[in-house]
Formats: sequence, C-alpha cells, structure tokens
Amino acid sequence: MSDPTTPPAPRRIDRSKLPILAVGFVQALRDAGVEVPIGATLLYVRALAAVNSLDRSERYWCGRTTLITRSEDFMTYHKVFGRYWVGAEFDDAEEISTSTTIALDQEDDDGSNSGDGDQDDDTQPDVTMRYSAVEVLRDKDFADYTKAELAELNHLMAQIRIGGARRASRRLRNSPLRRGRPDLRRTVRRALANDGEPIDRAFRRQSEQERRVVLLLDISGSMEAYSRALLRFVHATVLARGRVEAFALGTRLTRLTREMATLDPDRALTNAGEAVDDWSGGTRLGESIGAFNDEWAVRGMARGAVVVILSDGWDRGEPEVMAEQMARLDRVAYRIVWSNPLKASEGYAPLARGMAAALPFVDEFVEGHSLGALEALAEAINRSATDRVASGYEGHSGRGRRLA
Amino acid sequence: MSTGNTAFPPASVADVAAGLAEHDYLADEALATAIFLAIDLQRPLLLEGEAGVGKTEVAKTLARWSGGRLIRLQCYEGLDAGQAVYEWDYSRQLLHLRTREAVGDLAANADAVEDELYSDKFLVRRPLLDAVAHDDEVPPVLLIDEVDRADDEFEAFLLEVLSEYAITVPELGTFRAERPPIVIITSNRTRDVHDALKRRALYHWVEHPGFEREVEIIRRRTHGVTDDLAGQVARAVAEFRGLGLYKPPGVAESIDWAQALHRLEQRGLTVEAADASLGTVLKYREDQQRVRDHGLAGVIAAAVDA
Repeated sequence: MSDPTTPPAPRRIDRSKLPILAVGFVQALRDAGVEVPIGATLLYVRALAAVNSLDRSERYWCGRTTLITRSEDFMTYHKVFGRYWVGAEFDDAEEISTSTTIALDQEDDDGSNSGDGDQDDDTQPDVTMRYSAVEVLRDKDFADYTKAELAELNHLMAQIRIGGARRASRRLRNSPLRRGRPDLRRTVRRALANDGEPIDRAFRRQSEQERRVVLLLDISGSMEAYSRALLRFVHATVLARGRVEAFALGTRLTRLTREMATLDPDRALTNAGEAVDDWSGGTRLGESIGAFNDEWAVRGMARGAVVVILSDGWDRGEPEVMAEQMARLDRVAYRIVWSNPLKASEGYAPLARGMAAALPFVDEFVEGHSLGALEALAEAINRSATDRVASGYEGHSGRGRRLA
Repeated sequence: MSTGNTAFPPASVADVAAGLAEHDYLADEALATAIFLAIDLQRPLLLEGEAGVGKTEVAKTLARWSGGRLIRLQCYEGLDAGQAVYEWDYSRQLLHLRTREAVGDLAANADAVEDELYSDKFLVRRPLLDAVAHDDEVPPVLLIDEVDRADDEFEAFLLEVLSEYAITVPELGTFRAERPPIVIITSNRTRDVHDALKRRALYHWVEHPGFEREVEIIRRRTHGVTDDLAGQVARAVAEFRGLGLYKPPGVAESIDWAQALHRLEQRGLTVEAADASLGTVLKYREDQQRVRDHGLAGVIAAAVDA
C-alpha cells in the first residue's frame, strides 16, 4: 500500500512551483469527481510546505489526508495522483475499495434485456399527462408506465408523506410540567428571584427522536421494471425527512445516500445511475444483505432503525444465506418492512426461495408495484409502533442503553 | 514525561513514526503523515476504520509521548453541552445562596451574589472546556471518541469549538487556547460525520496492519509472549480475516488472544488451547461456528508450520 508500484524515474519537481502544481492537482481531482473545498486546497499547500514534499510518498499521504474526506474517494485519489504527479497509471489492484463485490451469477441472461427498455418507451405515443387523473396512475403497475408517466411520477412521489417512527431520545428538553427530571440549572436561576429559596423548581423531560430509516433498493435484472420508479420513491423519502440512508442492492452494494441528497429528482437519478455500475445485473440478494450487515448495519446504522427492503425477493443464492443474514439484520433493526412489487400479482405466493427464507424476519410485508402501494408503504413506515415508545419500551434498540 | 529519545513536537513524518514506536505504537507512513500534519498544522485529525485497529490508541500514545494530559470525551446520543463543555455546580450554588441568606445580606447585594454564583469557583469544566482552557505546559491531547454516536446538535457544537479553539461561557467570557490541544476524533462510521466538521479536520482511514507489523505489535503490547506464539497468532488471525466472518478480528483481538494463550502457559499455538480461548478473538457465536466448520485444526496447523 505505502509505495504503489514504484514507477520509473519520478519527475523532478521545483519546490517554488509547488503551490501552482498543487492547485492543478486539486483541479484534476475535481475533474475526476472528488469534491474538494477551497479550504482544503489551502490546507494542502500548507501541508506540502510542512513535509518533505520532494518525497513522492510523503506528498501522496499528505494530499490524501488533507484533500479526501471519505474512504470512497481513495481510489480516485490514487489514480489521479498517479496520472498527475508521476505521469503513469497506478496499479489498481493494491488499492482498497469500499464497495463490496459479491459473487457474480454464472448465468448472465438477466442483464440481456437492459437495452430494450428505451425502445419500448419510444414506440409509445408521448401523450400529455396533465389531465390524467392521479387516480388512474394510482393503481397502475409501474411496469406498465410510459416514459411520460414516469416523469409525472416525480410530482406524485413528492406528495407522499413519510414521517417515520419516533423513539425516546436521551436528549432532555425543558418541561412545562412539574414532573420529570429536576433541572437544577433553571432552578438556581429562579431561586435568585426568591431570595435564594428554590421554591419554583424546574424540570426536564425526555424528548423524542426520529428513528433512522434505511432503504435497500434491489436493482437486479428481475426488478428492472420497477427499480427506476422505486428510485424516485427513495429520492422522495430522502428529501422528506432527515436520518434516511439509501443503498442499492445488486451484485454490489452501493451507498446512494449522497447521490440522493439533491432537490432535483432528475439530478438524483443521474447521480445514482453513475454511482451504480451494475444496474440490472444478477441477483445475490442474501449476500448483498450480508454485505450491508457487515459494512453498515451491525456496526450501528441499522440499530433501532426501520429497515425497508424494496425487492421482489428473487435470489439466486442459497436460501440459508438469506435466512442467516435476515436474522442478523432482525437482531439489530427495530422493524423490517419488505415491499414486494410482485405481491399484488394475482395468485402470488412468496414461493421464491429467497423471499420464503426472508419472510419469517419481516415485520410488515406490503405491495410495491404502484403509487397507491407506495402510499401504503409510507404508512407502514410511519406506523412503526409509536405506542411502544409512549410506554417507555425501546424495542431492541441498543443505542441508548449502552452508556447507562 | 516521555521515556524515548524522539523530541516532541516532531520535526518530520519519520519523527512521528519513531516517537510513536518508542511508546509501542507502530504507525505506517500514511498514519504517521496524518498525525504529523495534525500536530504541525494544528488541525483535528478524524480517524475512521474498523473497530479494534487502534484508533483510540493513537491518542493515548500521543499523550504518553508528548507528556501532555489525555482528555477523553466519549460520545453518545444525547450528549449535550452540560456534559461535554461545562456546567455550573448547582448544588453548591444553592448551598451558597442559602448561606448568603442565612447571613442576611442577600437582598442588599443581589447583583453581587449573582456574579459570585456564576464565577470560576462554581464552574465545572467538562472535557472540551478543560482541553481549551488549559494552562498546562504541554498542550493536552483531546480524544473525542466515537463521534458518530453523538447527534447532529452536538456535532454543530463541536465544529464551533474546533474552528476557533475557543469556548464562550456567557457569564464569564471567552476561553481561548493559547496552545491548542492535539485533537483526535474517532468514528466507527455508523453514519457520516457532517461535511463541515470534515472540512475542518484532516482525515485518515486506519487499516489493519500487515503481517510483519502485526507480529511486532503483538510482541510489544504483550508480556512474556514468545516470538513463535506472536507469529503464529498473527498468521491464524490473518487466516480468520479471510473467512468472511461477521466481525473479522482486529489488532486488539490479536493482542488479547496472544496474551490469553500466554496466560494459559502456551509457548506455541495448539488446537486445544486455541479452541478453549477462541472467545477472546471471535466474539460472535456464528463466527466461532464458521471457523470450527472450516477446520480450526487446519488453520492452527498452517499457522504453526509456516
């Protein structure tokens, strides 16, 4: 790691030109898609002056620690550094990557129809949707949507209200009532007005905090008809409330939270399209959920959270893996909601092996094929047992307890 | 004070590596560079990485090396200014009020008494204020541990403190650090730390050490463990990490395991002792199961033979 590939004869660098070279390097990083604020550039130039900047290795680490703020960008940094300072491509193999590759399916027929979608859409007459009653779209299966209807979906999604479960927080608030925990700070203040007699006592009470919502969107080939529409739902959710995390489950696990955090739905979709490089690939759902467990969920992201899985439950992996990973997720999550677009189909039974294995761990199993179904899903997320909080029961959230 | 030969503050990246090594922390060049810059540019250093790779240990070692105090703030949800920055000693304030009242001069001097109540005497300094308003000869090391567990409100607050190294107590005025503390922030990445805070800080992702380094760490961090045992433990742990476990063991676990085996009077790794002490290195039942299914004996044999 510390000395990647040792390319031949590094270029001589004139120390006085370093600031200009540094700014050029930052520009190259930005061109490669890394966000570097001005402040970081200044810091970088100062850092270069502090280390032995003629030493390539010190220059490498000094830039990475000042210019990069998340491990996902390490790879890009590595490549750009190689191109810019050394004039050579660095070997990729030894750099760490934060996205996890899960075994690819042997058969790849899943992805073969990926190019067809646009053609289908173009053959449809481009009718204006303005007059079309929301009611018509409400129950229409996403798979039957035309391109224009998909565009219309943005407006409709924005109207879905996603609130979400609340839980007791450890943060205390001033209470107007004369019960709860004594608030000595305010009591002392008030006592001053009464000749030092703490007659008027103040109290604080526990406040509530929104539970985190984690959305896992299956983007494998079998979900192709739905994943783009559902992505809009994911975007609407990320915008509607704080504490939302979004991931795409495919042959890789891709975190989409940042990509979704823009007001413009088209921009968000484009971002997601760029971030995910395995649209409509194979399905290893159990293993993807396992990767999510390893990288994020068990470490804390899903603890006490409402986890929403948007998937048809089609899994080419072993059902035991699915059951095992769902059990793990169930142990940390507050509630697991599974939204399955196929559930609405006539005669549907959750017989797909993956779905059958996962079902025992799912708290709510809902449809997910239409706007109406997504409204129901939003309600399911909102519902998540607020009454338990009122009675002081915290579900299996371990967060608050640990420091007691 | 420091026992090693490398002076603090360090003059180069190599000095950092040497200074930390004298206090039994083996940093690679990447981490040493980050630490050097954090000290030299007086910026907080945000360390992310798997649990057990030694993030917290960086701060502890820096404190030992520099001879400064280690001031630790463990974050948790609901952490507020009263616990992190300062609080007034309310019970004593109330007592003071009662005394004044008993003496009978409260009504006449209400303003003066209020000033008294909110003076340094009744101020309880919590870690952040303690680190900023220090008058130590050597700046302290401020460790803000597991910042991802605290909530956004606290982060905003932290940002304010770290951007100026100053804290304002409305009743008393502004405390400003003449020599800023060395600030190490750790995160397990259960959520993203806010961008504004990241912009303020240097960032480094701490990796698992390579094999040679891990052996050396085990040797330095344990007592009485033979070189053979250290090497075998490191090799077995490396093998475990490749088995796709829920929680691949970190360096902390390697050290614990080696120490445990030594306490079990092992001079080398054996299947029986490894099996009996597996709980010190693998903390999930499923992980232990997976290793046993994979064949613990095989792993141990490979580690011993190599």
